[in-house]
Amino acid sequence: MAMLRVPVNSSDHVQGPDNAPVTLLEYGDYQCPYCGRAYPIVKEVQRYFGPRLRFAYRHFPLTELHQFAEAAAETAEYCGFYGRFWEAHDMLFENQERLGLPLFFAIARSLGLSEQGLRDALAHGTFADKVRRDFLSGVRSGVNGTPTFFIDNQRYDGPVDFEPMVATIAAQLEYALTPA
Amino acid sequence: MHIAKSQHLDGRQLPNFARRAGRFLTAVKVTERRPTHIGAVALSERAMSQLLSPGTVAPDFTLRVTPDQYLSLSELKGRRIILSFYPADWSPVCGDQITLYNEAREEFHKYDAEVLGISVDSAWCHQAYAKHNHIHFPLLADFHPKGAAAQKYGAYREQDGVCERALFVIDRKGVIFWNYLSPVAVNPGADGILDALQNLENEEE
Repeated sequence: MAMLRVPVNSSDHVQGPDNAPVTLLEYGDYQCPYCGRAYPIVKEVQRYFGPRLRFAYRHFPLTELHQFAEAAAETAEYCGFYGRFWEAHDMLFENQERLGLPLFFAIARSLGLSEQGLRDALAHGTFADKVRRDFLSGVRSGVNGTPTFFIDNQRYDGPVDFEPMVATIAAQLEYALTPA
Repeated sequence: MHIAKSQHLDGRQLPNFARRAGRFLTAVKVTERRPTHIGAVALSERAMSQLLSPGTVAPDFTLRVTPDQYLSLSELKGRRIILSFYPADWSPVCGDQITLYNEAREEFHKYDAEVLGISVDSAWCHQAYAKHNHIHFPLLADFHPKGAAAQKYGAYREQDGVCERALFVIDRKGVIFWNYLSPVAVNPGADGILDALQNLENEEE
């Protein structure tokens, strides 16, 4: 069973309380159709558990297959630099069929961020290191495709569907909440 | 960490085979990702092979790397080599595995290691597959006599007529340092390889 080598930390983008008993982490690629399909499922899982679950997202762009995956990840990071990661994240997945520079700039504008700033960040690879660090932590942790999920530090190898994910998280929650 | 960027097997520095392979790796095309954890692969899971053990001298082989060029393992002596035997070019799981190694090549290079993919597919098939998926490392055709190289490593599935999903890390002297046999339907990822390369480097220092 593959284990997460780099625990979720302050450089990660997270939703939910830091002291949530269980953390769900996704390694994803904004251009991966399977990640696109997983996106609403993750939302449902988050709604189901509420504050008992923290969700984190790391980039795992397969750049040789997906020409926009890297720029999409860097766009999310650019927006994240201004505290708007999750809005960008949602818009990228919700508009997955329109990925490309026009969409990235539109996302920045819609969040009140500078389009030119994003253009410069993409041109200079300002956030490329962060994306690469995410990718490498995934490779080291046994991420073998996207999406790959970890529930706390264990890779989740089950189907990416609401019920099996909820069942596995619930079991981990019970474990986490059981007094030692 | 020892980094020897100058010796990477990329399109500029490599002998002819990769330059030629590189010619075919130009088109940019968006392709669909395939599912990660495929359960149904039409290969039997019985009778896993007995891989050649660590400590054994890695048997040499000479295989086609493009329709008109050959590569011998012995040509790469002095480098660390990752041999990735896999069942077939277009099957979904190895699509992910080879894609992953393609993306992780830079990490392998940090350990001065180059990855070679080996399957029983022909050089023409490899060429189409590499072009379609922008694969930048050599894919060797263990095509004729079929599976001969895989058999030397104990990585051939006689009952299915394909290579096992097996990994070997070979040190600079040409000795097997690490091996791993994965269930055919499971993409073993790159974490085991990177751990092995790290251990190899620690031992050599």
